[in-house]
Amino acid sequence: MKRVDAIEKVTGRALYADDMRFDRMCHAAPLHSAHPHAVIRSIDTKAARAMPGVIDIITGCDVPGTKQVGGIIADQYVIATDRVRYCGDVVAMVAAESADIARRAARLIEVDYKPLPPLLSTEEALAPDAAILHEGRKDNVISSFRVRRGDIKRGYKASRIILDARFQTSFVEHAYLEPESCIAAPEQGRAVTVYGGMQHPFSTRRVAAAAAGLPLSFVRIVQTTLGGGFGGKDDTISVVCARAAILATRLGRPVKITYTREESIRESYKRHPFELAYKAGIGADGRFRAMEVDITADSGPYCSMSPFVIWRPTVQCTGPYAVPNVRCDTKAVCTNNTFTGAMRGFGSPQHVFACESFIDVCAERAGLDPWEFRRRNFFRQGTKTHTGQKLIGHKVAIAQVAERALKELGWKKKWALCSRGKVRNDGTYYGVGFACSYRGVSLGAEGNDFCSSIVNIQPDGSALLEVGVSENGQGLKTAMVAILAGELGMNPDRIRFVDTDTSSVPDGGPTVASRGTLVGGNAVIDAADKIKRIMRPALRELIGPSRKGYLFKAGRIRNPENRKSVAFEDAVAACHRSRIYPYALGVWKGPRVSWDEDTGQGDAYFTYVYGCQACELTVHAKTGKVRVSRVVAVHEVGKAVNPQMAIGQVFGGIAMGLGFALMEEIRHNDGMIENLNLNTYRIPRSIDVPEMTAILVENPDPVGPWGAKSLGEPTNELMGAAVANAVYCATGKRFTKAPITADQILGDIHG
Amino acid sequence: MTLYNIHINGLTRTIECEPERLLIDVLREDLRLTGTKKGCGIGSCGSCTVLIDGKPRRACRVKMIDIYPSPSLPLQRGGRGSDSRFTIHDPRITTIEGLSIDGKLHPIQQAFIDCGAIQCGFCTPGMVLTAKALLDESPNPTRDEIKKALAGNLCRCTGYQQIFEAVEAAAKIVNRKP
Repeated sequence: MKRVDAIEKVTGRALYADDMRFDRMCHAAPLHSAHPHAVIRSIDTKAARAMPGVIDIITGCDVPGTKQVGGIIADQYVIATDRVRYCGDVVAMVAAESADIARRAARLIEVDYKPLPPLLSTEEALAPDAAILHEGRKDNVISSFRVRRGDIKRGYKASRIILDARFQTSFVEHAYLEPESCIAAPEQGRAVTVYGGMQHPFSTRRVAAAAAGLPLSFVRIVQTTLGGGFGGKDDTISVVCARAAILATRLGRPVKITYTREESIRESYKRHPFELAYKAGIGADGRFRAMEVDITADSGPYCSMSPFVIWRPTVQCTGPYAVPNVRCDTKAVCTNNTFTGAMRGFGSPQHVFACESFIDVCAERAGLDPWEFRRRNFFRQGTKTHTGQKLIGHKVAIAQVAERALKELGWKKKWALCSRGKVRNDGTYYGVGFACSYRGVSLGAEGNDFCSSIVNIQPDGSALLEVGVSENGQGLKTAMVAILAGELGMNPDRIRFVDTDTSSVPDGGPTVASRGTLVGGNAVIDAADKIKRIMRPALRELIGPSRKGYLFKAGRIRNPENRKSVAFEDAVAACHRSRIYPYALGVWKGPRVSWDEDTGQGDAYFTYVYGCQACELTVHAKTGKVRVSRVVAVHEVGKAVNPQMAIGQVFGGIAMGLGFALMEEIRHNDGMIENLNLNTYRIPRSIDVPEMTAILVENPDPVGPWGAKSLGEPTNELMGAAVANAVYCATGKRFTKAPITADQILGDIHG
Repeated sequence: MTLYNIHINGLTRTIECEPERLLIDVLREDLRLTGTKKGCGIGSCGSCTVLIDGKPRRACRVKMIDIYPSPSLPLQRGGRGSDSRFTIHDPRITTIEGLSIDGKLHPIQQAFIDCGAIQCGFCTPGMVLTAKALLDESPNPTRDEIKKALAGNLCRCTGYQQIFEAVEAAAKIVNRKP
């Protein structure tokens, strides 16, 4: 089945927020803070207001509702009132007849700041005498988690080798190609509708309603075509929509806000940079006896999704390896750098980069090759993880995916050919490397797993489908339509997916954590089951009673007991005639999960996926440039609802992972981002991507719709370590800071 | 302000604007052809790629005066609505809206759909047009030539591989035609 939104996207007819225009619409633009940390003494808007075309200027005191918002902790100002905590804080919004006038007027606003010393690293923020960024808190630690399992000392005692290593990752930009954009339109009766490109219209509604001082029922969010999200179109776009809603309500006019790329990169949250310290004890048999993991993440000034971002690495800190004694401590720390939040993986690309690099270090010290060392330590069916969760109820497929990936790459032969620090005749080093991971599906015990959907079959047998999770570009609409079509035996062309409208379908939780297909699909299946039950009385009349139920297939409904059948359309028409409405609200609630905050013990996720990516690369000895020529990715997905789109997720995840591994880094200078556009913040181009092979392994999961689990994020978490391990085998040097840039490599080879 | 008769997607449209106005604003704001996307505003992402006389150009970097350097050229002579004479050079602009004819998708568009080359879709118009310029010039490109031709068009979703496959599939269809 082809994408349901493909034709509109390939013809330019798909409407992204900035493509829309309303009668009497005006435009608004932000003024960002000039300092990473300062007190705002006063704001003078007189000169800006005098500019022809300026309609209105609002500052923090004009926010009619809640001044501070946030998904977990309400610590971010909608518009800063008395204090700014990073250079992306907005201090005023200007509404004008054109976006250009609004931007020029914003520059005329005079803000009197009293600069405060900024905290520019987690080290500074954790110092005993550090200033506390948020009043009322005892320190700058915004979130922390821990795991205590077994006895670390005893584990080390039983070890032959004890080793440790430290790793570091950088701020990374989502670089969705569509910058933030929305239009707020005032409606009759105090209500406001906001059209915008966001991942989760319901969190946008919570933020916009709170900030505008309106009940949820009076704020309607309609998702427009989303030009990429990757976790990044949540907190920031929600606040942008809130500001638009406030202005639209004040002015009684539609207000559009479309960010420039510079504004987008300046204000939007990034991937957390991590500092990771790994220590392990390995027995004479090459098996882990103990492991200690410390992770410190820079959260910037606001909490955002930090707890989720550090909790996942806490749960997955050992990688897919059995370790009997584990201590893990993770924390997110407030600084005056750009704030950080969700980005494809929720902390896993950072943690897997460190963990899987460390595993290769361990293997070498244990005198084993990377495959043999992993094989000895891999999780097996029924293994207890370090959180005390017994891996049952799904297939523990880590060995299966790793074996497949290495075979496909031809790892054994190529491993023997690695340069190991000796330059080849063509002036390059050659290496291969791989990385493995396991990943908890959906939100886990730190969240609340649920979803809803509405299926509304019309009198002609066509269907309207709404789901509480949203299209992010990944193909969610297509997957949901396919699942409904399969369940009811309908032609997918007769199903219309209605873009998420918060005034219609109930909240399905955020479209994050690779949960869209799983939770949305289950909600659709529940709605389809209800439709079948609703239609039962009519079917009894049409094709006779059946104790076994009816079969919905290929446009017909069959009675398996008497082999009578009726066309789906005719049955639906009969229902409508007798005032039986095939309309159902589907609901899905996740299975039980658990977590003990003190010990870090519990069944953290209800099921897991497994993946392995292997790569082959050369490092140019003179330039330090890394060229990855081939990547093989094997992912266990439960079941691929649409294999072509699933493979697209894998390729996209690999490319983004290569950016993380080799080139992407947001650089701050005194708290201000230096690389504010795509000419200085480089993401992988067509000429940077290798030849990629994606293999999907299907072990249908009892919880997933048709057995499906997760895919989007696991594809993005493995390249960091696979590349680091290959660069090591090529150059003989271990690089512990991502991205592994040419400069870093040159410095080390020649330094 | 200057009056321009623009040959775009097979039609002639008249607009009045400053010669310094960027083509992307003319397309998106004045002509409401919003299929051309704005991703960076500095010519780095390729989302705003359009074809001018068959060559891919960044609409966010091209001003009207760059396309129509001489004010005496396609300037209208008799006021709005009357015939204009294009005597010397008369650039043809193609945007994504002009690629499918009579509702039939161009083979490149069809190949993008068939090969799974579309995800969020924001880069798609620019990608498709860049691919068209490539295939018009070189109907049988190698994978490396495709990569080079698309190097100025960023995509954050697909990892590009299915886009390469789409261009190769389209090349086969284009070449099959008499």
